[in-house]
Amino acid sequence: MEQNPDKTRRKVLISMTASVGAVGAAFAVTPFIASWNPSAKAKAMGAPVKVDISRIEVGQIIQVAWRKQPVFVVRHSKNALESLGKIENKLADPNSVSIEEPYRDLHPTRSKSNEYSVLAGVCTHLGCAPKYHPEVEPKPWDATWLGGFFCPCHGSMFDIVGRVFKGVPAPTNLKVPPHNFQGNTLTIGEDKT
Amino acid sequence: MDTIYKWFNERLPISNTFERHLSKHPVPKKVNFWYLFGALASVVLIVQILSGIWLMFGYENSEEGAFASVEYIMRDIDYGWLIRYMHTTGASMFFAVVYLHMFRGLLYGSYKKPRELVWIFGMSIYLIMMAEGFLGYVLPYGQMSYWGAQVIISLFGAIPYIGESLEIWIRGDYYISGSTISRFFALHVVALPLMLIALVFMHLVALHEVGAGNPEGIDIEKHLDDDGIPLDSVPFFPYKVLNALVGIGVFGTVFAIFMFFFPEGGGYFIEAPNFEEANPLSTPEHIAPVWYYSPYYSMLRAVPDKLGGFVVMAAAVAILFVVPWLDRSKVNSIRYKGIWSKIAILLFAVSFITLGYLGTVPVTEIRTLMSIICTVIYFSFFLLMPIYTSFEKTSVPPERL
Repeated sequence: MEQNPDKTRRKVLISMTASVGAVGAAFAVTPFIASWNPSAKAKAMGAPVKVDISRIEVGQIIQVAWRKQPVFVVRHSKNALESLGKIENKLADPNSVSIEEPYRDLHPTRSKSNEYSVLAGVCTHLGCAPKYHPEVEPKPWDATWLGGFFCPCHGSMFDIVGRVFKGVPAPTNLKVPPHNFQGNTLTIGEDKT
Repeated sequence: MDTIYKWFNERLPISNTFERHLSKHPVPKKVNFWYLFGALASVVLIVQILSGIWLMFGYENSEEGAFASVEYIMRDIDYGWLIRYMHTTGASMFFAVVYLHMFRGLLYGSYKKPRELVWIFGMSIYLIMMAEGFLGYVLPYGQMSYWGAQVIISLFGAIPYIGESLEIWIRGDYYISGSTISRFFALHVVALPLMLIALVFMHLVALHEVGAGNPEGIDIEKHLDDDGIPLDSVPFFPYKVLNALVGIGVFGTVFAIFMFFFPEGGGYFIEAPNFEEANPLSTPEHIAPVWYYSPYYSMLRAVPDKLGGFVVMAAAVAILFVVPWLDRSKVNSIRYKGIWSKIAILLFAVSFITLGYLGTVPVTEIRTLMSIICTVIYFSFFLLMPIYTSFEKTSVPPERL
C-alpha cells in the first residue's frame, strides 16, 4: 500500500463520480416531475365553446364556461363605451401594454366586436371570479364608481372592459380569451373562422 | 414471561430505550401548564392519523366523487359523522395546541442555545402542518375547498417568469380538477404524514439530547447529584407522564365539546360554503381561510401588490425559523428579561390575534389600515429583537429551580 495517497487525484475522482451521479439523479427525477403536468386527457378538454349572443340585452352580462373557467360576455351601451376615456386616469394600464393583448387597437371593447366584451372571468390577482356591477353609483369600495367589475376576494377593481384600477392587488387587466364572432354566434377558444 | 422478555431484550434495545427516554430521562421538576402542549400535540397527531385512516375507507378522490363521498361518510357510514368531525375538529385543535406550544417557546426562550435545532425541527413541523391543513381542506371539493385552493395556488403565479406554468403544474390541469384532488390526496395521506412523523421523531430526539427547558430559563445541569443526575429533575416516567394525563383529560373534554356540539366551530373550523359542491364559475361572496391561517391571510391582503403580498406572507413564516439567532438576551425566560421584551411580546401577541380576526372578515379601508399596522408590529417584534434584547436591563434568574 502506498503511504501517501495522492489527495488531489482522489478529489478529482470523487467530484467526477459525484457529477455523473448528479446527472443520473436529474434524469431519474424528470419523470416524477413531468408526471405532474396536465395529462393528455386534461389537455383535450379545452375545446372551443359556441354561444348565442342575440338575446343579451344592452348592459347585460352572460357567463360562459370555457375550460371550466368563467368567461364574461358583456354587451355595452354606446354611452358606456363613449365614456370609457373618462375613467382612464384611474386605471393602471389603460392600453394593456403590460400583457399580451390579442386584439389590440381594434375596438374599445378589447374584443373583435364593437359592442361586446369577451373577458376571462378570472381575477389576475388570485383567481377569484370578479362580480359585474354596471351601476353608476357610489359603492362601498369606490365613492365614484362608474360601473365595472369588483372582486369580492381582495377588492380588486376593473372597468367595464376589464381594465384594472390603480392601487388594487390585481397586477394586470383581465385577459381576453381567443374568440370569434359570426353573426349571432360567438365562439370562445378559437381565433380562426 | 421473563424468558420471552429476555429473548426480545437481547435482540432489541427495549429496556435500554425505556430507561434512557422514560424512566431515567431527567426533566425539570417544576414547570407550569405551558409545558403541556407538546404532549397534547402528540395526542392530536395520533387522533388525526387514526381518524384520517378511517376517513379513507369511505372517501373517493375524484372530481365527481369527492363531494358525494364526504356526504356519504357523513350520512350513510355508521359513526362516519363522528370520524369526520373528529378529523376536522382535530385539525383546529392541532393548530391551537401548536400555537400555544410555540408561544411557550417564545415566552421562556425554549429556542435558545442549545435548543436551536429543537426549535427548527418544530418550525418545520408547523410548516408541514400548514400544508397538510390546506391539502386536507381541498379534498371535500366544496365551494371553499375550490376557491381557497384557487387563491392559494394562484399565489405561486406571483413568482416572476415561471409563475403561470408552475400553477398549471401544481394543478395538473387548467382548473382545480380531479387531477388536482388525487395528487393532493396522495400528498395529504402519505407523503406529508411521513415527513411529519419523521420530523416529530427528530424534534424529540433533539429534545432528549439537550433536555427540556423550564419557565425560569435556567440550566438544571449545573447542579448535579453524586450520580450525575440534575438535582432539580424528576424522571420523565412516571412523574411527568401521569401528570400529563390530567392535562390530556381536560383537553379531551374540550375536544369532545367542540366535536359533538360545535363541529363547525361557528364557521371557523368548517365554513358554510363548503357544504355546497365546488362550482368553478361562481366565487362565494366572501372568501376567508380557516382561523389558523387567517393572520397570514391578513398580511397578504394588507399589501396592495401580488408579488409583495406573497413575499410578506412567506417572510412572516420564514422569520420564525431564525428566532434563535435574533434573541441576544443573556437570560432565556421572559420572567427575567427587561421591560422592552415584555412590551414587545405583548404587542406581538395582540397584533397576531388582531390579524387573525381581520383575516376572517371582509376588507374595508379601516381594516386594511389595521392589518398594515399589525403586520408592521409583527415584523418589528422579530427584526428589532436583536436590538431590544441586547440593550435592555435584565434581572438575575435564580440558581436553582
